[in-house]
Amino acid sequence: MSQTSPHRYRQLRNEADRRRREWNESALPKIHIGMATCGIAAGAQETRAAFEEALAEAGVPAHIRAVGCCGHCYAEPVVIIDHPQSGFPPIFYPEVNAGKARMLAKLFLKEGDPRLEHILGATVANDLIPSVMEFPRFNLEHRLIMERCGRIDPEDIYDYIAEGGYEALADTLGRGPEDVIEAVARSGLRGRGGAGFLTGRKWALARAAAGPAKYVICNADEGDPGAYMDRTLLESNPHQVIEGMIIGAHAVGAGRGIIYVRAEYPLAVRILTRAVEQARALGLLGQGILGSALDFDIEVFQGSGAFVCGEETALIQSIEGFRGMPVHRPPYPVAGGLNGRPTLINNVKTLASVPVILQGGVEAFRAVGTEQSPGTAIFSGVGSVVHPGLVEVPMGTSLRTLIFDICGGVPKKKKFKAVQIGGPSGGYLSGAHLDTPIDFDSLAQAGAMMGSGGMVVMDEDACLVDVSRFFLDFTQKESCGKCTFCRIGTRHLLEILERLTQGEGREGDLDLLRQLSEDVKAGSLCGLGKTAPNPVLTSLRYFQDDYEAHVKEKRCPGKMCRPLIAYYIDLEKCARGCNACEGCCPVDAVFITRDRKRGIDQSKCVKCGECVVACPPEYDAVRRVSPPHLAPVIERPPAEEKDPKS
Amino acid sequence: MTESVSITVDDKTIVVAKGANLLSASLANGIYIPHLCYMEHLQPAAASCRLCFVEVDGRSGPVPACTVTVEEPLTVRTDAPAVRRLQKAGLQLLLSVHRVECKNCPANRRCELQRIAKFLKVGLKPGKLAQRFKQPEIDASHPCLNYYPNRCVLCGKCVHVCRAQHRDVVLTFARRGFDTVVGCYGLSGSSAPSCRDCRACIDVCPVSALLPK
Repeated sequence: MSQTSPHRYRQLRNEADRRRREWNESALPKIHIGMATCGIAAGAQETRAAFEEALAEAGVPAHIRAVGCCGHCYAEPVVIIDHPQSGFPPIFYPEVNAGKARMLAKLFLKEGDPRLEHILGATVANDLIPSVMEFPRFNLEHRLIMERCGRIDPEDIYDYIAEGGYEALADTLGRGPEDVIEAVARSGLRGRGGAGFLTGRKWALARAAAGPAKYVICNADEGDPGAYMDRTLLESNPHQVIEGMIIGAHAVGAGRGIIYVRAEYPLAVRILTRAVEQARALGLLGQGILGSALDFDIEVFQGSGAFVCGEETALIQSIEGFRGMPVHRPPYPVAGGLNGRPTLINNVKTLASVPVILQGGVEAFRAVGTEQSPGTAIFSGVGSVVHPGLVEVPMGTSLRTLIFDICGGVPKKKKFKAVQIGGPSGGYLSGAHLDTPIDFDSLAQAGAMMGSGGMVVMDEDACLVDVSRFFLDFTQKESCGKCTFCRIGTRHLLEILERLTQGEGREGDLDLLRQLSEDVKAGSLCGLGKTAPNPVLTSLRYFQDDYEAHVKEKRCPGKMCRPLIAYYIDLEKCARGCNACEGCCPVDAVFITRDRKRGIDQSKCVKCGECVVACPPEYDAVRRVSPPHLAPVIERPPAEEKDPKS
Repeated sequence: MTESVSITVDDKTIVVAKGANLLSASLANGIYIPHLCYMEHLQPAAASCRLCFVEVDGRSGPVPACTVTVEEPLTVRTDAPAVRRLQKAGLQLLLSVHRVECKNCPANRRCELQRIAKFLKVGLKPGKLAQRFKQPEIDASHPCLNYYPNRCVLCGKCVHVCRAQHRDVVLTFARRGFDTVVGCYGLSGSSAPSCRDCRACIDVCPVSALLPK
């Protein structure tokens, strides 16, 4: 009976609180290592091994705990050390490799010296050392959804419960489904998967749909290049998503849930599977959840790597065992989805928002963000920024704040050129749009889209034609091949872009690109095809000069398209006797000039750019020019003079 | 007794059964709308050839007629400029991957592409688009059928009739994106005899991309 769910929850919470108290009261040092996929890729496993080894050697007992990712990619591997006996507050250490781990084990954990030159800051305000909250990367963020990411152990359900997790569910089970849907609707939450459809309305439609057997599907088929918000959430705090799903099931009356997650996220799959098992063991999934009348269980389904399966109808086809091909809507999944039954499909971030809204209250949620797009937006800021990583900001924050304050701006004193928002289906925005507020409607109006939250920043060295070619290459490979426009149209778009980047652009190509893009957008069946031309359309709109230079002058302004550039060595800057460039050239294109400097044989050069990397910064003598004929001709001396021993 | 609805298609009023498919109803009333993939019994419609676009009052932009179910009176235009533009673009895309060798093609004169081009008053040419063909020209891996990927328009009718006729489905889509073809992957020898008696896929193909050996 529903009255008992708060009571059942209280029991779980008491146990969680007891465990948490025990942990807090332990006098031993606590080492938290960020061990999500990103941390592991940066070497967190080696860091952990180094801590274990060094602590054993030094004879210092300590707790080592794997936590998820806090989103600070630039600082990976991230370690937070709480060493109460040292007198210092918990300290955030960035880039802790194995060597640094050994050093910290010895000097801080054993001897009590926190090595302040290595810290980023304390995690809490204090009188001893500066806090990380003094950095814009921390204090301009507003963490609603990712609040617990990187702080709790994703493999321990009690850690989530101790933070108030599943409280919203326990509370919800005592309320009528309509009441829950009404709260979600009132919060104004919009689908975080990209389209921004009102979640409350979708839930109401799913509730109203006939039939007892309904499904709730969590769409975790995150496939945009450079986007990893969903992965991080699933790896760092899976229970928040599961709680959102159970609440959704209660609201719409569903009995089965499926998390559709990419097989390319093995850690997320493992953590989710474990989380589901733990929730089941505590009676949070299965028959009579928390003693209520709700029967609901979740299975984890692994997608096989097709980008198009992130489209909800293709996702359903894929679960049903068919080829992942989108189906015309309507019928929408809320009316006839998986196995023809009403199916509620929500993105990971949408579901993770639900417990936050119900626990913190609708008003608190609406207080963040804008009227039409309440709450926060999570972006994976990558590309040419100083502090790449996951950021969660209130909707309505300007792109300028996001890129220049929170992500630290463009490195190496380069100029900002463009930002691509919304993944391969999004669009580019130029410097003129930096004051655009980040919300569903403003971004769409500017020609980009919220998408799933990918954000790629490009500096002055980016070639927008080449980047568009990259994204088109992606979408045309990922097209399922069902409908004419997407299947054939995206290939033609790609071919034209390839032609441009190879310096073979023709008069009329830009008009053809524009027209074909409009046709593919209007004619395609599903979201993939409808949005695939967006990179082309927005770059043509905002960066037409880049295209014209490629066609008319055979020049690449970003100096990225190899057939349109040449490398040469500035003899004024080249140092006699230095051999760095010659040594690294894979095709022996570098020769010695008469005065024992270096030159590049243009007929041999393959434009790999290795010499630019090799040339010592104090000389900085290798130049890149476009078009290639701008490179000064430096003659190779006759063969007999080439002998370096002479 | 089925309820009927009267709809206006290009100023012509036709009376159709409630719940009828707009494309099907238009065709039955002598109003031709170009189409390749529509099959009466396939629900929901595949909507993959993207040629049967029409404009329906109250809906933004062209919509495929095969996806419109007539529930209430509608005003439909089949010849709006935006519709024609998309149809011509779609046809050009199909022709950019189609071997136009009508004289040597068994589908000559009954070919749906010819019919659509004639209807739209355009030539059988891909316009400014480059032509791209698949290799090999003939896929002869099936014991009784030859498949011509450079004739195929990937309407999917053969795949659907095959699915409807056989317990062990023979034909399916293979590869993806631009390289998508109709294939008979994993075909075992035992399926072949049933193929010998069944010509469903050959009969349904609008462009003779499947022929008996």
